[in-house]
Amino acid sequence: MLENYFPILLFLLVGLAVGVVPMLLGWLLAPNRPDSEKLSPYECGFEAFEDARMKFDVRYYLVAILFILFDLEIAFLFPWAIVLNEIGLFGFIAMMVFLGILVVGFIYEWMRGALEWD
Amino acid sequence: MESIQQVFEQLFGAEWGPMLFLLTKNMTFILAIVVPLLLGVAYLTFAERKIIAYMQIRVGPNRVTFFGIPWLRGWGQPIADAVKAMMKEIVIPTGANKFLFILAPVLTITPALAAWAVIPFSPEMVLADINAGLLYILAMTSMGIYGVIIAGWASNSKYAFLGAMRSAAQVVSYELAMGFALVCVLMMSESLNLGDIVNSQQGGSFLNWYLIPLFPMFLVYFISGVAETNRAPFDVAEGESEIVAGFHVDYSGMAFTVFFLAEYANMILVATLTSIMFLGGWLPPINIEPLTAIPGIVWLLLKIAFMLFFFLWFRATFPRYRYDQIMRLGWKIFIPITLIWIVLLGTIMQLPVSIRNMFPLNLWF
Repeated sequence: MLENYFPILLFLLVGLAVGVVPMLLGWLLAPNRPDSEKLSPYECGFEAFEDARMKFDVRYYLVAILFILFDLEIAFLFPWAIVLNEIGLFGFIAMMVFLGILVVGFIYEWMRGALEWD
Repeated sequence: MESIQQVFEQLFGAEWGPMLFLLTKNMTFILAIVVPLLLGVAYLTFAERKIIAYMQIRVGPNRVTFFGIPWLRGWGQPIADAVKAMMKEIVIPTGANKFLFILAPVLTITPALAAWAVIPFSPEMVLADINAGLLYILAMTSMGIYGVIIAGWASNSKYAFLGAMRSAAQVVSYELAMGFALVCVLMMSESLNLGDIVNSQQGGSFLNWYLIPLFPMFLVYFISGVAETNRAPFDVAEGESEIVAGFHVDYSGMAFTVFFLAEYANMILVATLTSIMFLGGWLPPINIEPLTAIPGIVWLLLKIAFMLFFFLWFRATFPRYRYDQIMRLGWKIFIPITLIWIVLLGTIMQLPVSIRNMFPLNLWF
Protein backbone atom coordinates (compact mmCIF):
# COMPACT_ATOMS: atom_id res chain seq x y z
CA MET A 1 0.00 0.00 0.00
CA LEU A 2 2.78 2.40 0.92
CA GLU A 3 4.36 2.17 -2.54
CA ASN A 4 1.24 3.90 -3.88
CA TYR A 5 2.51 7.05 -2.18
CA PHE A 6 5.66 7.18 -4.33
CA PRO A 7 3.84 8.77 -7.31
CA ILE A 8 2.45 11.36 -4.89
CA LEU A 9 5.96 12.30 -3.77
CA LEU A 10 6.99 12.62 -7.42
CA PHE A 11 3.87 14.66 -8.12
CA LEU A 12 4.75 17.07 -5.30
CA LEU A 13 8.19 17.55 -6.84
CA VAL A 14 6.65 18.18 -10.27
CA GLY A 15 4.25 20.67 -8.70
CA LEU A 16 7.21 22.42 -7.10
CA ALA A 17 8.92 22.54 -10.50
CA VAL A 18 5.81 24.02 -12.14
CA GLY A 19 6.06 26.83 -9.59
CA VAL A 20 9.82 27.36 -9.73
CA VAL A 21 10.53 27.01 -13.46
CA PRO A 22 8.16 29.80 -14.67
CA MET A 23 9.50 32.12 -11.96
CA LEU A 24 13.07 31.37 -13.11
CA LEU A 25 12.06 31.91 -16.75
CA GLY A 26 10.46 35.21 -15.82
CA TRP A 27 13.58 36.23 -13.91
CA LEU A 28 15.83 35.32 -16.85
CA LEU A 29 13.73 36.73 -19.70
CA ALA A 30 12.22 39.82 -18.11
CA PRO A 31 13.98 43.16 -17.78
CA ASN A 32 15.20 44.07 -14.29
CA ARG A 33 15.55 47.83 -13.85
CA PRO A 34 14.50 48.68 -10.30
CA ASP A 35 14.32 52.22 -8.95
CA SER A 36 13.21 53.51 -5.58
CA GLU A 37 9.80 54.67 -6.82
CA LYS A 38 9.03 51.35 -8.50
CA LEU A 39 10.01 49.40 -5.40
CA SER A 40 7.89 51.43 -2.95
CA PRO A 41 4.78 49.65 -1.61
CA TYR A 42 1.59 50.36 -3.54
CA GLU A 43 -0.92 52.54 -1.70
CA CYS A 44 -3.01 54.02 -4.50
CA GLY A 45 -0.32 56.49 -5.47
CA PHE A 46 0.34 57.96 -2.02
CA GLU A 47 3.42 57.44 0.11
CA ALA A 48 2.83 54.67 2.64
CA PHE A 49 1.23 56.20 5.73
CA GLU A 50 2.44 53.82 8.41
CA ASP A 51 3.97 50.40 8.81
CA ALA A 52 2.04 47.62 7.09
CA ARG A 53 2.67 45.21 9.97
CA MET A 54 -0.26 46.72 11.81
CA LYS A 55 -2.83 45.58 14.35
CA PHE A 56 -5.67 43.57 12.93
CA ASP A 57 -9.16 42.70 14.03
CA VAL A 58 -9.38 40.10 16.81
CA ARG A 59 -12.18 38.39 14.87
CA TYR A 60 -9.68 36.81 12.50
CA TYR A 61 -8.10 35.22 15.53
CA LEU A 62 -11.50 34.00 16.76
CA VAL A 63 -12.28 32.47 13.36
CA ALA A 64 -8.94 30.67 13.41
CA ILE A 65 -9.63 29.24 16.89
CA LEU A 66 -13.13 28.12 15.89
CA PHE A 67 -11.72 26.57 12.74
CA ILE A 68 -9.31 24.47 14.77
CA LEU A 69 -12.16 23.21 16.97
CA PHE A 70 -14.49 22.34 14.12
CA ASP A 71 -11.77 20.85 11.95
CA LEU A 72 -11.01 18.50 14.83
CA GLU A 73 -14.68 17.63 14.91
CA ILE A 74 -14.52 16.74 11.19
CA ALA A 75 -11.43 14.66 11.88
CA PHE A 76 -13.48 12.68 14.41
CA LEU A 77 -16.49 12.41 12.08
CA PHE A 78 -14.56 10.92 9.14
CA PRO A 79 -13.72 7.51 10.67
CA TRP A 80 -17.17 7.38 12.27
CA ALA A 81 -18.91 8.02 8.92
CA ILE A 82 -16.98 5.26 7.16
CA VAL A 83 -17.80 2.49 9.64
CA LEU A 84 -21.28 3.73 10.64
CA ASN A 85 -22.99 0.61 9.26
CA GLU A 86 -20.78 -1.69 11.35
CA ILE A 87 -20.92 0.10 14.69
CA GLY A 88 -24.72 0.31 14.63
CA LEU A 89 -26.98 2.18 17.02
CA PHE A 90 -24.50 2.40 19.90
CA GLY A 91 -21.84 4.08 17.76
CA PHE A 92 -24.45 6.40 16.31
CA ILE A 93 -25.67 7.52 19.76
CA ALA A 94 -22.11 7.99 21.01
CA MET A 95 -21.34 10.34 18.12
CA MET A 96 -24.62 12.19 18.64
CA VAL A 97 -23.61 12.85 22.26
CA PHE A 98 -20.25 14.19 21.04
CA LEU A 99 -21.96 16.33 18.39
CA GLY A 100 -24.45 17.55 21.00
CA ILE A 101 -21.66 18.81 23.26
CA LEU A 102 -20.03 20.60 20.35
CA VAL A 103 -23.35 22.10 19.26
CA VAL A 104 -23.77 23.51 22.78
CA GLY A 105 -20.38 25.18 22.32
CA PHE A 106 -21.43 26.41 18.87
CA ILE A 107 -24.68 27.89 20.26
CA TYR A 108 -22.70 29.57 23.06
CA GLU A 109 -20.30 31.28 20.66
CA TRP A 110 -23.19 32.23 18.38
CA MET A 111 -25.06 33.88 21.30
CA ARG A 112 -21.89 35.61 22.52
CA GLY A 113 -21.58 37.15 19.04
CA ALA A 114 -18.30 35.51 18.04
CA LEU A 115 -19.74 34.98 14.55
CA GLU A 116 -20.85 38.60 14.03
CA TRP A 117 -18.97 40.82 11.57
CA ASP A 118 -19.96 44.46 11.46
CA MET B 1 4.42 -2.54 -20.03
CA GLU B 2 6.24 -5.81 -19.18
CA SER B 3 8.47 -5.62 -22.26
CA ILE B 4 9.44 -2.04 -21.50
CA GLN B 5 10.43 -3.15 -18.01
CA GLN B 6 12.62 -5.87 -19.52
CA VAL B 7 14.29 -3.34 -21.80
CA PHE B 8 15.08 -1.23 -18.75
CA GLU B 9 16.49 -4.22 -16.89
CA GLN B 10 18.74 -5.10 -19.82
CA LEU B 11 19.96 -1.52 -20.15
CA PHE B 12 20.60 -0.69 -16.50
CA GLY B 13 21.03 -4.10 -14.89
CA ALA B 14 18.77 -5.99 -12.46
CA GLU B 15 19.56 -3.60 -9.63
CA TRP B 16 18.80 -0.20 -11.18
CA GLY B 17 16.46 -1.33 -13.97
CA PRO B 18 13.21 -1.78 -12.00
CA MET B 19 13.79 1.42 -10.04
CA LEU B 20 14.43 3.53 -13.12
CA PHE B 21 11.48 1.88 -14.84
CA LEU B 22 9.19 2.83 -11.94
CA LEU B 23 10.52 6.39 -12.00
CA THR B 24 10.07 6.77 -15.78
CA LYS B 25 6.62 5.20 -15.73
CA ASN B 26 5.38 7.47 -12.96
CA MET B 27 6.94 10.57 -14.49
CA THR B 28 5.22 9.81 -17.81
CA PHE B 29 1.86 9.45 -16.07
CA ILE B 30 2.41 12.62 -14.03
CA LEU B 31 3.27 14.62 -17.14
CA ALA B 32 0.22 13.12 -18.86
CA ILE B 33 -1.85 14.72 -16.07
CA VAL B 34 0.03 17.98 -15.51
CA VAL B 35 0.50 19.08 -19.13
CA PRO B 36 -3.20 18.77 -20.12
CA LEU B 37 -4.10 20.35 -16.78
CA LEU B 38 -1.93 23.41 -17.44
CA LEU B 39 -3.33 23.66 -20.97
CA GLY B 40 -6.80 23.36 -19.47
CA VAL B 41 -6.00 26.19 -17.06
CA ALA B 42 -4.73 28.36 -19.93
CA TYR B 43 -7.82 27.74 -22.02
CA LEU B 44 -10.14 28.13 -19.03
CA THR B 45 -9.08 31.78 -18.88
CA PHE B 46 -9.94 32.03 -22.56
CA ALA B 47 -13.26 30.24 -22.06
CA GLU B 48 -14.05 32.56 -19.15
CA ARG B 49 -13.49 35.67 -21.22
CA LYS B 50 -15.42 34.26 -24.17
CA ILE B 51 -18.40 32.97 -22.20
CA ILE B 52 -18.76 36.10 -20.07
CA ALA B 53 -18.46 38.14 -23.25
CA TYR B 54 -21.28 36.23 -24.94
CA MET B 55 -23.40 36.59 -21.79
CA GLN B 56 -22.86 40.34 -22.06
CA ILE B 57 -23.65 40.29 -25.80
CA ARG B 58 -20.14 41.04 -27.05
CA VAL B 59 -17.51 38.84 -28.64
CA GLY B 60 -14.50 38.53 -26.32
CA PRO B 61 -10.93 37.91 -27.50
CA ASN B 62 -11.04 37.16 -31.25
CA ARG B 63 -7.82 38.50 -32.74
CA VAL B 64 -4.79 36.41 -31.77
CA THR B 65 -4.22 33.36 -33.98
CA PHE B 66 -1.49 30.77 -34.45
CA PHE B 67 0.73 31.54 -37.48
CA GLY B 68 -2.03 33.66 -39.01
CA ILE B 69 -4.48 30.79 -39.50
CA PRO B 70 -7.70 32.76 -39.96
CA TRP B 71 -10.24 30.32 -38.45
CA LEU B 72 -8.37 30.13 -35.11
CA ARG B 73 -9.39 33.65 -34.15
CA GLY B 74 -8.75 34.24 -30.47
CA TRP B 75 -7.38 30.77 -29.75
CA GLY B 76 -3.84 32.08 -29.52
CA GLN B 77 -4.81 34.46 -26.74
CA PRO B 78 -3.78 32.34 -23.68
CA ILE B 79 -0.40 31.53 -25.26
CA ALA B 80 0.19 35.19 -26.09
CA ASP B 81 -0.76 36.12 -22.52
CA ALA B 82 1.73 33.61 -21.13
CA VAL B 83 4.54 34.90 -23.35
CA LYS B 84 3.73 38.49 -22.39
CA ALA B 85 3.73 37.66 -18.66
CA MET B 86 7.13 36.02 -19.07
CA MET B 87 8.58 39.23 -20.49
CA LYS B 88 7.34 41.40 -17.60
CA GLU B 89 9.59 42.55 -14.80
CA ILE B 90 9.13 40.83 -11.42
CA VAL B 91 9.10 43.74 -8.96
CA ILE B 92 10.09 42.92 -5.38
CA PRO B 93 9.16 45.89 -3.14
CA THR B 94 11.86 47.30 -0.82
CA GLY B 95 10.08 46.40 2.40
CA ALA B 96 9.26 42.87 1.35
CA ASN B 97 10.82 39.78 2.80
CA LYS B 98 12.50 38.57 -0.40
CA PHE B 99 12.66 34.87 0.35
CA LEU B 100 9.04 34.53 1.50
CA PHE B 101 7.89 36.83 -1.32
CA ILE B 102 9.33 34.43 -3.91
CA LEU B 103 8.30 31.33 -1.97
CA ALA B 104 4.59 32.23 -1.70
CA PRO B 105 3.50 31.62 -5.34
CA VAL B 106 5.35 28.30 -5.38
CA LEU B 107 3.65 27.27 -2.14
CA THR B 108 0.27 28.11 -3.66
CA ILE B 109 0.64 26.16 -6.88
CA THR B 110 2.36 23.03 -5.55
CA PRO B 111 -0.61 21.70 -3.53
CA ALA B 112 -3.08 22.85 -6.20
CA LEU B 113 -1.33 20.53 -8.66
CA ALA B 114 -0.32 17.76 -6.26
CA ALA B 115 -3.96 17.15 -5.31
CA TRP B 116 -4.43 15.71 -8.81
CA ALA B 117 -2.31 12.68 -7.96
CA VAL B 118 -5.28 10.77 -6.54
CA ILE B 119 -8.04 11.78 -8.99
CA PRO B 120 -9.51 8.74 -10.78
CA PHE B 121 -10.24 9.58 -14.43
CA SER B 122 -11.83 6.21 -15.18
CA PRO B 123 -11.80 2.84 -13.35
CA GLU B 124 -8.24 2.04 -14.46
CA MET B 125 -6.87 5.55 -14.91
CA VAL B 126 -5.69 6.64 -11.49
CA LEU B 127 -2.10 7.53 -10.69
CA ALA B 128 -2.03 6.82 -6.93
CA ASP B 129 -4.88 4.57 -5.83
CA ILE B 130 -4.59 5.27 -2.10
CA ASN B 131 -7.20 4.47 0.53
CA ALA B 132 -7.06 7.88 2.17
CA GLY B 133 -7.55 9.74 -1.12
CA LEU B 134 -10.15 12.20 0.09
CA LEU B 135 -8.15 12.99 3.22
CA TYR B 136 -5.10 13.67 1.05
CA ILE B 137 -7.10 16.07 -1.12
CA LEU B 138 -8.44 17.90 1.93
CA ALA B 139 -4.88 18.23 3.24
CA MET B 140 -3.64 19.59 -0.07
CA THR B 141 -6.44 22.14 -0.48
CA SER B 142 -5.75 23.36 3.07
CA MET B 143 -2.06 23.78 2.26
CA GLY B 144 -2.86 26.37 -0.40
CA ILE B 145 -3.82 28.92 2.22
CA TYR B 146 -0.21 29.10 3.48
CA GLY B 147 0.83 30.60 0.16
CA VAL B 148 -1.85 33.29 0.44
CA ILE B 149 -0.98 34.23 4.02
CA ILE B 150 2.76 34.27 3.33
CA ALA B 151 2.23 36.37 0.19
CA GLY B 152 0.11 38.90 2.07
CA TRP B 153 2.55 39.17 4.94
CA ALA B 154 5.76 39.19 2.90
CA SER B 155 4.62 42.01 0.59
CA ASN B 156 4.74 44.44 3.54
CA SER B 157 1.79 46.37 2.14
CA LYS B 158 -1.49 47.17 3.91
CA TYR B 159 -3.74 46.06 1.10
CA ALA B 160 -1.93 42.79 0.65
CA PHE B 161 -2.07 42.11 4.37
CA LEU B 162 -5.80 42.86 4.65
CA GLY B 163 -6.54 40.78 1.55
CA ALA B 164 -4.58 37.85 2.95
CA MET B 165 -6.41 38.00 6.30
CA ARG B 166 -9.79 38.13 4.61
CA SER B 167 -8.97 35.39 2.18
CA ALA B 168 -7.61 33.10 4.88
CA ALA B 169 -10.60 33.56 7.20
CA GLN B 170 -13.01 32.97 4.33
CA VAL B 171 -11.27 29.87 2.99
CA VAL B 172 -11.00 28.40 6.47
CA SER B 173 -14.70 29.00 7.22
CA TYR B 174 -15.95 27.40 4.04
CA GLU B 175 -13.61 24.48 4.42
CA LEU B 176 -15.63 23.49 7.50
CA ALA B 177 -18.88 23.47 5.53
CA MET B 178 -17.14 21.46 2.80
CA GLY B 179 -15.81 18.97 5.33
CA PHE B 180 -19.24 18.44 6.92
CA ALA B 181 -20.84 17.99 3.48
CA LEU B 182 -18.19 15.38 2.69
CA VAL B 183 -19.04 13.50 5.89
CA CYS B 184 -22.52 12.90 4.41
CA VAL B 185 -20.96 11.49 1.23
CA LEU B 186 -18.72 9.25 3.31
CA MET B 187 -21.65 7.95 5.34
CA MET B 188 -23.18 6.66 2.13
CA SER B 189 -20.04 5.48 0.33
CA GLU B 190 -18.21 4.00 3.34
CA SER B 191 -14.81 4.68 1.82
CA LEU B 192 -12.31 7.52 1.53
CA ASN B 193 -10.99 6.13 -1.76
CA LEU B 194 -12.26 8.31 -4.61
CA GLY B 195 -12.60 5.35 -6.95
CA ASP B 196 -14.77 3.52 -4.40
CA ILE B 197 -16.90 6.63 -3.94
CA VAL B 198 -17.66 6.67 -7.67
CA ASN B 199 -18.27 2.92 -7.73
CA SER B 200 -20.76 3.18 -4.87
CA GLN B 201 -22.82 5.53 -7.05
CA GLN B 202 -23.18 2.84 -9.71
CA GLY B 203 -26.56 1.26 -10.33
CA GLY B 204 -28.15 1.95 -13.67
CA SER B 205 -28.87 5.65 -13.93
CA PHE B 206 -28.23 9.12 -12.59
CA LEU B 207 -30.82 8.48 -9.87
CA ASN B 208 -28.09 6.62 -7.98
CA TRP B 209 -25.70 9.56 -7.99
CA TYR B 210 -25.35 11.26 -4.62
CA LEU B 211 -26.67 14.39 -6.31
CA ILE B 212 -30.23 13.13 -5.76
CA PRO B 213 -30.32 11.90 -2.13
CA LEU B 214 -27.80 14.51 -0.95
CA PHE B 215 -28.95 17.44 -3.06
CA PRO B 216 -28.63 20.08 -0.28
CA MET B 217 -25.13 18.81 0.46
CA PHE B 218 -24.27 19.12 -3.23
CA LEU B 219 -25.34 22.77 -3.15
CA VAL B 220 -23.40 23.42 0.07
CA TYR B 221 -20.32 21.69 -1.30
CA PHE B 222 -20.30 23.47 -4.63
CA ILE B 223 -21.05 26.94 -3.24
CA SER B 224 -18.38 26.41 -0.58
CA GLY B 225 -16.04 25.39 -3.37
CA VAL B 226 -16.77 28.64 -5.19
CA ALA B 227 -16.12 30.57 -1.96
CA GLU B 228 -12.98 28.61 -1.20
CA THR B 229 -11.40 29.45 -4.54
CA ASN B 230 -12.20 33.15 -3.90
CA ARG B 231 -14.30 33.35 -7.04
CA ALA B 232 -17.12 35.78 -7.71
CA PRO B 233 -19.55 36.39 -5.99
CA PHE B 234 -17.28 35.64 -2.98
CA ASP B 235 -14.21 37.53 -4.20
CA VAL B 236 -13.96 40.24 -1.51
CA ALA B 237 -10.42 39.05 -0.83
CA GLU B 238 -9.39 40.67 -4.09
CA GLY B 239 -12.13 43.30 -4.12
CA GLU B 240 -10.49 45.61 -6.62
CA SER B 241 -12.69 48.54 -5.62
CA GLU B 242 -11.62 48.53 -1.94
CA ILE B 243 -8.29 46.76 -1.41
CA VAL B 244 -7.09 46.87 -5.05
CA ALA B 245 -6.23 43.22 -5.64
CA GLY B 246 -5.94 41.55 -2.27
CA PHE B 247 -2.94 39.52 -1.28
CA HIS B 248 -1.18 39.76 -4.64
CA VAL B 249 -1.16 43.57 -5.12
CA ASP B 250 2.60 43.77 -5.21
CA TYR B 251 3.15 40.77 -7.44
CA SER B 252 3.92 41.25 -11.11
CA GLY B 253 5.08 39.32 -14.14
CA MET B 254 5.57 35.59 -13.74
CA ALA B 255 5.14 35.69 -9.94
CA PHE B 256 1.58 36.93 -10.42
CA THR B 257 0.95 34.45 -13.22
CA VAL B 258 1.82 31.54 -10.93
CA PHE B 259 -0.85 32.73 -8.45
CA PHE B 260 -3.27 33.02 -11.33
CA LEU B 261 -2.49 29.48 -12.51
CA ALA B 262 -3.02 28.17 -8.98
CA GLU B 263 -6.41 29.87 -8.69
CA TYR B 264 -7.65 28.35 -11.93
CA ALA B 265 -6.15 24.94 -11.17
CA ASN B 266 -8.08 25.05 -7.89
CA MET B 267 -11.28 25.89 -9.76
CA ILE B 268 -10.84 22.86 -11.99
CA LEU B 269 -10.08 20.76 -8.91
CA VAL B 270 -13.29 21.81 -7.16
CA ALA B 271 -15.30 21.10 -10.32
CA THR B 272 -13.65 17.68 -10.58
CA LEU B 273 -14.30 16.77 -6.95
CA THR B 274 -17.94 17.84 -7.28
CA SER B 275 -18.28 15.62 -10.35
CA ILE B 276 -16.62 12.68 -8.63
CA MET B 277 -18.53 12.87 -5.37
CA PHE B 278 -21.95 14.02 -6.45
CA LEU B 279 -22.26 13.54 -10.22
CA GLY B 280 -21.02 9.98 -10.45
CA GLY B 281 -17.52 10.61 -11.80
CA TRP B 282 -16.93 8.55 -14.91
CA LEU B 283 -20.38 6.89 -14.91
CA PRO B 284 -22.76 7.57 -17.81
CA PRO B 285 -26.13 9.14 -16.88
CA ILE B 286 -28.11 6.10 -18.05
CA ASN B 287 -26.70 2.60 -18.49
CA ILE B 288 -27.85 1.96 -22.05
CA GLU B 289 -25.86 0.81 -25.02
CA PRO B 290 -24.63 3.90 -26.92
CA LEU B 291 -23.87 5.76 -23.68
CA THR B 292 -21.88 2.98 -22.00
CA ALA B 293 -19.69 2.66 -25.09
CA ILE B 294 -18.31 6.16 -24.53
CA PRO B 295 -15.13 5.93 -22.41
CA GLY B 296 -15.49 6.98 -18.78
CA ILE B 297 -13.00 9.81 -18.98
CA VAL B 298 -15.21 11.57 -21.54
CA TRP B 299 -18.11 11.57 -19.11
CA LEU B 300 -15.88 12.88 -16.34
CA LEU B 301 -14.52 15.67 -18.56
CA LEU B 302 -18.06 16.59 -19.63
CA LYS B 303 -19.15 16.82 -16.00
CA ILE B 304 -16.09 18.91 -15.10
CA ALA B 305 -16.79 21.27 -17.99
CA PHE B 306 -20.41 21.52 -16.88
CA MET B 307 -19.43 22.45 -13.31
CA LEU B 308 -16.79 24.92 -14.56
CA PHE B 309 -19.45 26.62 -16.64
CA PHE B 310 -21.29 27.36 -13.40
CA PHE B 311 -18.20 29.15 -12.03
CA LEU B 312 -18.19 31.43 -15.08
CA TRP B 313 -21.94 31.85 -15.05
CA PHE B 314 -21.90 32.91 -11.37
CA ARG B 315 -19.23 35.48 -12.11
CA ALA B 316 -21.27 36.98 -14.95
CA THR B 317 -24.49 37.02 -12.94
CA PHE B 318 -24.13 37.85 -9.26
CA PRO B 319 -23.01 41.05 -7.52
CA ARG B 320 -20.26 40.65 -4.93
CA TYR B 321 -21.22 39.66 -1.38
CA ARG B 322 -20.25 41.89 1.54
CA TYR B 323 -17.67 40.33 3.85
CA ASP B 324 -19.99 40.03 6.85
CA GLN B 325 -22.59 38.38 4.62
CA ILE B 326 -20.01 35.86 3.43
CA MET B 327 -19.05 34.92 6.97
CA ARG B 328 -22.70 34.71 8.00
CA LEU B 329 -23.48 32.40 5.10
CA GLY B 330 -20.57 30.15 5.99
CA TRP B 331 -20.98 29.96 9.75
CA LYS B 332 -24.66 30.55 10.41
CA ILE B 333 -26.31 28.88 7.42
CA PHE B 334 -24.06 26.26 5.86
CA ILE B 335 -22.61 24.73 9.03
CA PRO B 336 -26.00 24.31 10.79
CA ILE B 337 -27.56 22.87 7.59
CA THR B 338 -24.78 20.32 7.21
CA LEU B 339 -24.89 19.36 10.90
CA ILE B 340 -28.65 18.78 10.68
CA TRP B 341 -28.17 16.66 7.56
CA ILE B 342 -25.55 14.49 9.22
CA VAL B 343 -27.92 13.78 12.10
CA LEU B 344 -30.86 13.19 9.73
CA LEU B 345 -28.91 10.85 7.48
CA GLY B 346 -27.51 8.95 10.45
CA THR B 347 -30.96 8.53 11.97
CA ILE B 348 -32.37 7.17 8.70
CA MET B 349 -29.48 4.75 8.40
CA GLN B 350 -30.25 3.43 11.90
CA LEU B 351 -33.91 2.70 11.12
CA PRO B 352 -34.98 -0.90 10.42
CA VAL B 353 -34.96 -1.69 6.71
CA SER B 354 -38.77 -1.92 6.45
CA ILE B 355 -39.27 1.63 7.77
CA ARG B 356 -36.18 2.92 5.98
CA ASN B 357 -37.67 2.02 2.62
CA MET B 358 -40.55 4.42 3.20
CA PHE B 359 -38.21 7.39 2.90
CA PRO B 360 -37.66 8.32 -0.74
CA LEU B 361 -34.29 9.73 0.26
CA ASN B 362 -33.23 6.33 1.42
CA LEU B 363 -34.06 4.28 -1.68
CA TRP B 364 -30.46 4.04 -2.64
CA PHE B 365 -28.71 2.96 0.55
